Amino acid sequence: MRAYEDWVIEAETRGLKISEVVYQSEMESSQQSEQVLFQRMHKNLEVMRESVAAGLSGERRSISGLVGGDAAKVQARRKAGESLLGDTISGVIARALAVAEVNACMGKIVAAPTAGSCGVIPAVLLSVEELLQVSEKDLLLALFTSAGLGMTIAERANVSGAEGGCQAEIGSATAMAAAAAVELAGGTPRQTSDAAAIALKSMLGLVCDPVAGLVEVPCVKRNATGATIAMAAAEMALSGVRSAIPIDEVIDAMGDIGKQMPCTMKETAQGGLAITPTGRRIQADFL
Amino acid sequence: MGRSSVFDLLGPIMVGPSSSHTAGAVRLGAMARKILGEEPIGGTIRLHGSFAKTGKGHGTNLALIAGLLGMRPDDERIPEAIQIAKAQGLNFTFESADLGDFHPNTVQFELLGKTGGHAQIVGSSIGGGTIVIRRINDYKVEIRGDYPTLVILHQDLPGLVAQVTLLLATAQTNIARMMVSREKRGAQALMVLENDELVEDAVLVLMRRLPKIYQVLAIEPLD
Repeated sequence: MRAYEDWVIEAETRGLKISEVVYQSEMESSQQSEQVLFQRMHKNLEVMRESVAAGLSGERRSISGLVGGDAAKVQARRKAGESLLGDTISGVIARALAVAEVNACMGKIVAAPTAGSCGVIPAVLLSVEELLQVSEKDLLLALFTSAGLGMTIAERANVSGAEGGCQAEIGSATAMAAAAAVELAGGTPRQTSDAAAIALKSMLGLVCDPVAGLVEVPCVKRNATGATIAMAAAEMALSGVRSAIPIDEVIDAMGDIGKQMPCTMKETAQGGLAITPTGRRIQADFL
Repeated sequence: MGRSSVFDLLGPIMVGPSSSHTAGAVRLGAMARKILGEEPIGGTIRLHGSFAKTGKGHGTNLALIAGLLGMRPDDERIPEAIQIAKAQGLNFTFESADLGDFHPNTVQFELLGKTGGHAQIVGSSIGGGTIVIRRINDYKVEIRGDYPTLVILHQDLPGLVAQVTLLLATAQTNIARMMVSREKRGAQALMVLENDELVEDAVLVLMRRLPKIYQVLAIEPLD
């Protein structure tokens, strides 16, 4: 079975970044050239940028009318210099809401790893880009790092809310974003692993309980809080904070928790927030 | 979940909100259009399980029609698909139905084509935008739309499979996956061949001339 630790060791031994190990492995398994892989990843990055811009404009509303316009509110407060969290984190929140809103409103996004969790990775990476002025090439590399971790998660556990709850979707996105942020900020392969572990540990147990079964409540706002957890985890790892439990074991724990999670909490809209009085009322009004 | 590619984890590029209920639904519509083999002008679309229950909020109806119109999952006209279909004079109706023992995200298309063709197709969206076609005109199949596919209806006779594969071998067409099934020994049978290459028309003509071959359907892969 794939282990993220194997990638960390290979990167350390060969003096490479995790991303370099990941795309070289992908070249081998897909039999595609470096150029083709980077072009395809570049297309993903372009759509991520477009979805952030579209969501920040705040013009769209979802089919149910529950989602839309919140990214613009956070962005306005940020631009006014009033943020409680500082410019970077409020930018992360605004961008994550933006992309998740675009998704709920039938706009174009990159599933990362899923449509329901599509806001976390673009929000974190594009905010780090703004802060550190990293190159386009470094951003593309960071996306390979996040995908590499995602592949490990998909193999050892899963990235599906129906199978493992929200921890498997937004939780995985959060870990993937944390690892990528560390690499982008100049951290070591080992630090990407610690950041991913700290991030995923913070999301363990999170259930998938969408109101009326829609990818709206609580999904959109959880993208934003997940993205801030990714930033906190990256900050800790870059400071040298280690995760006591290694990432592969955290992933296995996530998979195990998902198996034990009742079906009512796995994207069926039969538990949690979905069956609160307000959740039921929203469902009745809409359907 | 098995081994994957980096682009399974970052991607697909799609119109939201759901990879299974939206992107997968577009692909199911697109695959149904390919199986019909012509432009659909109308029909009935039956939604089963979660497609029936939460389809509305996920734009599943819009996505299925978008696919039938030939759109891809990243087409930004998906939200307007039903209006576009109406403007073109196409007439699709939706129903909720219990289709039986299928995946929760399943749809049955009953389609009428521009030149009078007809097809009944059942397909499921099984996660992450991946789809599988389960029935064509009541025959059990398993087609994922990732290869050019031949669906051949024939009599269950010794040597027929060999004759079909010999034609493919002569045309240098490589078979990636193959499934044979039958009602009972000697009765009507079905071959599904997923190939690495598109089968040339000349080969299809020869195949249709083989004795006891009733129907040969050549289905293009999804983009």
